Amino acid sequence: MTRRTANHTLFYLILIALAVFYLMPVYLLVLTGFKPINQVDLKTMWALPIGGLHIENFIAGYKQLAPNLFNSLVMVLPEAILSALLGSLNGYLLSKWKFPGSNLIFTLILFGMFIPYQSILIPLVKFMQYIKLYGDIPGLILVHIIYGIPITTLIFRNYYAGIGTELLEAARIDGASLMGLYRYILLPLSAPGFAVVIIWQFTQAWNEFLFAVILTNQSHWPVTVALNNLAGSQLVQWNVLMAATLLAALPTLLVYIFLGRFFLRGLMAGSLKG
Amino acid sequence: MLRRFKLNPPKFILAILLMGFGAIAIYYLNQTKLIIAGSNYTSIAILASGLVFFMGIVIIVQMFENETLLAIVLLAPSVIAVAIFVYGFIGWSIRVSLSKWKGLLPDYTWAGISQYIYLFNDPRFRIDVRNTVIFTIGFIAGCLILGLGLAILLDQRLRGEAIFRGIFLFPMAISFIASGVVWSWLMNPATGNRITGINLIFHSLGLDFLISQWHSSPQPWGMVFTVMPAVWQLSGFTMALYLGGIRSISEDIREAARVDGATEIEIYRFVILPMLQPVTLSAVIILAHMSLKIFDLIVALGHKDLRLDVPGIYMWTTTFDGYNYAQGAAIGILMLVSVAILVVPYLVQNMRTETEL
Repeated sequence: MTRRTANHTLFYLILIALAVFYLMPVYLLVLTGFKPINQVDLKTMWALPIGGLHIENFIAGYKQLAPNLFNSLVMVLPEAILSALLGSLNGYLLSKWKFPGSNLIFTLILFGMFIPYQSILIPLVKFMQYIKLYGDIPGLILVHIIYGIPITTLIFRNYYAGIGTELLEAARIDGASLMGLYRYILLPLSAPGFAVVIIWQFTQAWNEFLFAVILTNQSHWPVTVALNNLAGSQLVQWNVLMAATLLAALPTLLVYIFLGRFFLRGLMAGSLKG
Repeated sequence: MLRRFKLNPPKFILAILLMGFGAIAIYYLNQTKLIIAGSNYTSIAILASGLVFFMGIVIIVQMFENETLLAIVLLAPSVIAVAIFVYGFIGWSIRVSLSKWKGLLPDYTWAGISQYIYLFNDPRFRIDVRNTVIFTIGFIAGCLILGLGLAILLDQRLRGEAIFRGIFLFPMAISFIASGVVWSWLMNPATGNRITGINLIFHSLGLDFLISQWHSSPQPWGMVFTVMPAVWQLSGFTMALYLGGIRSISEDIREAARVDGATEIEIYRFVILPMLQPVTLSAVIILAHMSLKIFDLIVALGHKDLRLDVPGIYMWTTTFDGYNYAQGAAIGILMLVSVAILVVPYLVQNMRTETEL
């Protein structure tokens, strides 16, 4: 028994040491954000703020990023909801209405999840310019929805595969059609699936950088692009930058903290394990 | 297979109305512009009208009472979108990569594989390939080792497991950009009076020999250090995969091994680890496809520092700063090939096993 306790103490020490390492960047972000300007010194980077917490940095950071935070929000909300609706329909059809070749179609769709977007970037830019959706948020929403089809379809397909066919067969006998089954049987059972997909798409689109930097112009930049720009400019003090970084990361962090279980399920679906 | 057609007049009229409305809207929108709050929504409105038209088609298809046909029709928009935006655009990119397009105006003059030949001899692209290989190996090794270690530690049913799991997993929720910004300060290479970041911690702990130039170190070590933020972000995810795998192994199997006299370490070594191979495969596929196209993290860390260059950044600068579209497309296609070599066998395997079921 003593050996077991000794082992446990050792395990705790390792876990705590690792936890400190994982929390270090957040400690730096939060701490620096709350320091008054006169205490911001590279030499005291790790010291606690002296004489109370100050929020000037957060206000300054917010002033820098406010339009971009708004752009990201306007982009992410419709994107996540529409993606989920589309994924739900696809997932239903590909899990419950298999036709010859449906597995092949699913695999071909799935491949779209893995491609490096650099390989389609030039045609995408030209196409978006052609349909006049280049440079603005609506175009970015459309692109995120389309390239989100593979992952949303995958998550919903796995989710619906877990719903037994007995229920569906019973409804079939009662005369339910393809759309009827979807609307009256599966859709009411889909809330957890929708939660996973909406959270997943929200986080992905919020954090995405490549499409955002290529497809939007400066006045429509989402927050990732603006943050990267802020970090590269010499005009902003690093304490403001740290506060701004925290603000940019906050929405997805909050989603993770309060809805982490669903977030994790989305990740698991990404591992192709049905 | 149009076996039966059951006409339902009210529905049929509705379908015709929807299709008519959609078609007229598309025709009208083609000649005008729809501006809402300064943004051009014309194409979005055309898309919405197309959707209305499509609803009419779906209603008519429903009358055929052939539900396989209906399923195919309902899938069609997504399939067409993916066909165009993934496969069509890949084909278009390949065509661009075989052209002489350099400059703002498209030039599809055939140039054969000259861009690819150029890239294979290009010192910058060689550095990119080397950097990607270093990053991929370091990233996967780091995530797998740390992830498996954490999973085994958390499998000991310690108190506070949920808190630790949360701490290890949360960096996954942060963007590569935000992570790169923070880590570029943590891995600040300044020394002497301006020492800061992790180096400052080492200095105040008296561990001066650990002080490092981090990602500003001479290559290839600089690239090795860019792995750190990436591992920080995704080792928790790997841990979650492994923990899920370990927890799905029945306690009976472990008990049987214990009865046979195996120690806890032997149980992990000879029973659990071999059973985790499918998890490792999934994890490697996911992590490798991320690292082969790593882009935003390096941008935020290195600000286009050529020593930390990767194909994703090369493609970006050569295309959108240098207007060398043919070369940019070639880089994109080579990135695609590297991912496809990894992913396609896995997807095909996945499809085969599913078809057999």
